[in-house]
Amino acid sequence: MNIVILGNGISGVTAARHLRKQSDHKITIVSSETDYFFSRTALMYIYMGHMRFKDTQPYEPEFWTKNRIDLKKAFINSIDFKQKHLIAKSGEKIEYDKLILALGSKSNKFGWPGQDLERVYGLYSYQDLEAMEKFSPGLNRATIVGGGLIGIEMAEMFHSRHIPVTILVREKNYWDNVLPIEESKMISRHIVEHGIDLRLESELKEILDDGTGKAENVITKSGDTIECRFVGLTAGVSPNVAFLKEGELEVQKGIVVNEYLETNIPNVYAIGDCAQQSNPRPGRRPIEAIWYTGRMMGETVAYNICGKKVAYDPGIWFNSAKFLDIEYQVYGTVLAHPPENHQSIYWEHPEGRRSIRIVYDNQTQEILGFNLMGQRYRHEVCEKWLRDKTPIETVLQNLSLANFDPEFYKEYEAEVISIYNKQSGKNLSLKKKRNLNSVFSFLRS
Amino acid sequence: MSQVNKSMSLANPMPPFTDTIQKLAAAVGAIGLLLLFVAWIGNTLQSGALLALSLVLISSGTIIYSWRAYAGIPEGIKNNGVWLNALTNKGLWGWISGIFITGFYVLLYWYPNLLGLGVDGAANSGLVGFFDPLSRMLSGNAASQWFVYGTLYTVAILIFGIKFILKYRHNKYQQVRTFSVMFFQLAFAFLIPEFMQSMNYPYYDFKNMWPLNYYFFFDWNLNGFLEAGNVGLLMLVSGLLMTFIISPILTFYYGKRWYCSWVCGCGGLAETAGDPFRHLSDKSLKAWKLERWMIHSVLVFATVMTVAVLYSYFNGTGDILITKPMFIGITLLLSAVVGFIVWKNKKRIAESGKNLPLIIGGVVGGIAILTLLAYFTGSFIVDGNLLRGWYGFLIGAAFSGVVGVGFYPLLGSRVWCRFGCPMAAILGLQQKFFSRFRITTNGGQCISCGNCSTYCEMGIDVRAYAQKGQNVVRASCVGCGICAAVCPRGVLRLENGSVDIAERTTELKTIHISADKIGIL
Repeated sequence: MNIVILGNGISGVTAARHLRKQSDHKITIVSSETDYFFSRTALMYIYMGHMRFKDTQPYEPEFWTKNRIDLKKAFINSIDFKQKHLIAKSGEKIEYDKLILALGSKSNKFGWPGQDLERVYGLYSYQDLEAMEKFSPGLNRATIVGGGLIGIEMAEMFHSRHIPVTILVREKNYWDNVLPIEESKMISRHIVEHGIDLRLESELKEILDDGTGKAENVITKSGDTIECRFVGLTAGVSPNVAFLKEGELEVQKGIVVNEYLETNIPNVYAIGDCAQQSNPRPGRRPIEAIWYTGRMMGETVAYNICGKKVAYDPGIWFNSAKFLDIEYQVYGTVLAHPPENHQSIYWEHPEGRRSIRIVYDNQTQEILGFNLMGQRYRHEVCEKWLRDKTPIETVLQNLSLANFDPEFYKEYEAEVISIYNKQSGKNLSLKKKRNLNSVFSFLRS
Repeated sequence: MSQVNKSMSLANPMPPFTDTIQKLAAAVGAIGLLLLFVAWIGNTLQSGALLALSLVLISSGTIIYSWRAYAGIPEGIKNNGVWLNALTNKGLWGWISGIFITGFYVLLYWYPNLLGLGVDGAANSGLVGFFDPLSRMLSGNAASQWFVYGTLYTVAILIFGIKFILKYRHNKYQQVRTFSVMFFQLAFAFLIPEFMQSMNYPYYDFKNMWPLNYYFFFDWNLNGFLEAGNVGLLMLVSGLLMTFIISPILTFYYGKRWYCSWVCGCGGLAETAGDPFRHLSDKSLKAWKLERWMIHSVLVFATVMTVAVLYSYFNGTGDILITKPMFIGITLLLSAVVGFIVWKNKKRIAESGKNLPLIIGGVVGGIAILTLLAYFTGSFIVDGNLLRGWYGFLIGAAFSGVVGVGFYPLLGSRVWCRFGCPMAAILGLQQKFFSRFRITTNGGQCISCGNCSTYCEMGIDVRAYAQKGQNVVRASCVGCGICAAVCPRGVLRLENGSVDIAERTTELKTIHISADKIGIL
């Protein structure tokens, strides 16, 4: 069987790897972005000089030949689903028996005047990085529109090169549609601490043209002019499916797939950022453009193609990020605007760069989620508590099992418990200190 | 209505790359270095005060420079511009400093007279002479080129250690570990041996053990111990204890890091002065293959050389505690013990490398056969003196010194530790098979960014494990903890646990679907 994967990001490459593990099919990955798979999340580190481009490639070139995964660099203009081939810009036709669409995303544009000028970019592709690099020398200031995960990365990038940065955030606090208010304020403070010009409740009105088709200065809705010669559009991403919208493939916001990641056309699958679940699991969004779900879909689609049917299930939600110097991890459900029964235990370090939030259901006492800033928790332990719907008090008394900070770091679990004790009038205490053997006996129990 | 540069921050929103104080600090340090050069070339400076001034200028310049670089900005990972800087990206300054350090090592090992060492009883001059006052103060003797080297080495570990602590001021593990290497260098490698000498005891670094200390079993060293009475005996016993008892126990509990990145002098320099170059290590599979062949060959070389040297030692004189048959007995016994351990664990060893049991078996068997042959024929097949001459030249000087440190700015800071150190080889084998240590991967949180692999000074492709959700157990890992520090997603943690030693790496935590019953795990 001849399997073609369109897109060489984490979803497509994970699919290829698992297909190869389970089968002897011919596997071809088609992409126009780069010759080899690289970690998209690491783009920022190339610009900041932490790594070279080749350091962001998880596999050496020999890996692909050794595993008989063919890499083809081509830009695909259209797909003929009847004849079962892709049509490249060069006119070349690439035939397939089964096709996996792993097309990724593109940066959102909301119809701002000037959004298509030169020197206006998102941060998603390798080409975006090249553009940032190209326009950096002599840059007076960059204005970044959007207060999400990518906006702060772009700000950190320019900041690392000592290029002044302004971030326009529509919300009252940074990313406060996702983060609870305390964490959101913490990150807002941290951005300012770094000397980045963070403008909250500030929206883009238009990007001005310097007369040659290049962006020069932006105007906000409140009428401020910000002098800058680069504009970053980081108000989220959406599926990169424009070229498929007119055909017989069912496309809404993304490519619609069932739980087996099958599209409405036989032998065509969609995974990763571009896939839209027709029937997402409770509490989950139909499109989840994150690294980990892309990886899970890649693995799942490989099983389905190899005839071992398995429904896509992203399991218990987890995610992570890093906001300048503050690491962020989340496990389970932690909402910015929680319903009545979601009770929080929130501890914050006096220095304001570290916090632990534990959310539980105050009716059933079940644990619901963990939100961590500047603090590392152990994935498997949190996941097991969440899966088992463990009572909050059991979680708290064993909280040290979750601590994943380096050795010698101060442990704050006892302070979390004392906050709970204050809230509830109880007198709980930590049962055990942090210890790997205890973690194993817990995980194996 | 322009509001550019509006910022509520107290920190300078646009700090320049080097500020005025840093430039002044660099100048202060440069004047200190210049004094050393003047002393060397000018051949006339012989003042303790000037030497003190020189070392103080170098130290304060470096410390003030680092303080300005790290103290004024929020704490966190400071790798901005590492690959954009000509010193740290194998650019012009990298090559210049590489050639400079390499040249210094060549003079040190083979032309110490050019550094001013007095030949045939003549007084020191130049750079070595410049250090005479300090040496007299510590041990009562005139300086040698090794004293100059030891002093500069210690100063480097101390001042760059402070720089490292400032750089990682948010990371307690890094601070404690760095303080430890600074302490062991200053006290154990530098001061105690000098004081011992002032009391007419042999020069001895208590933390330096065989086989890194390859001359431990040389006749002159053993004779030195035996002539030094109880203190000498203490040195001999502590050396044997370190190699055969203390080291295996600590490595079992904590992995080889207790030595390689907490105690060892080579490691100490690599972790401090070498830190800006850690990302230059080669991460390719090819380099890993080469590493395994080289480091284990050096271990074999060191072992065979030592056995041969000891054989001629016990063969030569009659008034030693250990007789020839006893020595042969001990060698055979040790071989048998190693052989037994390998045989008991043959399955586990075989899983991790096809040829490994063959190699270990061959070496142990070979030494046993050589020893037996020697017993019956009266002479060791290889000449101990010849071997030790070559070992000292190739491994002791050329590899550990010239290449090991001289090539910091080109090949990274741990070239010697990774490809050459026989101590690291032994500790590594133990770490791989009989240790509680591992780097745990935190579930499925890895995003394959590559920071861990890039900043691994030992050239381990940490990401290859982390992105599979597999724990890292590698013979070469010195447990510096930088992979865990630079990870932006909190994926890695150095830890020790006893319940899963045999299956530290079996689980793949990113695997989402159970292959057996085809369902979500």
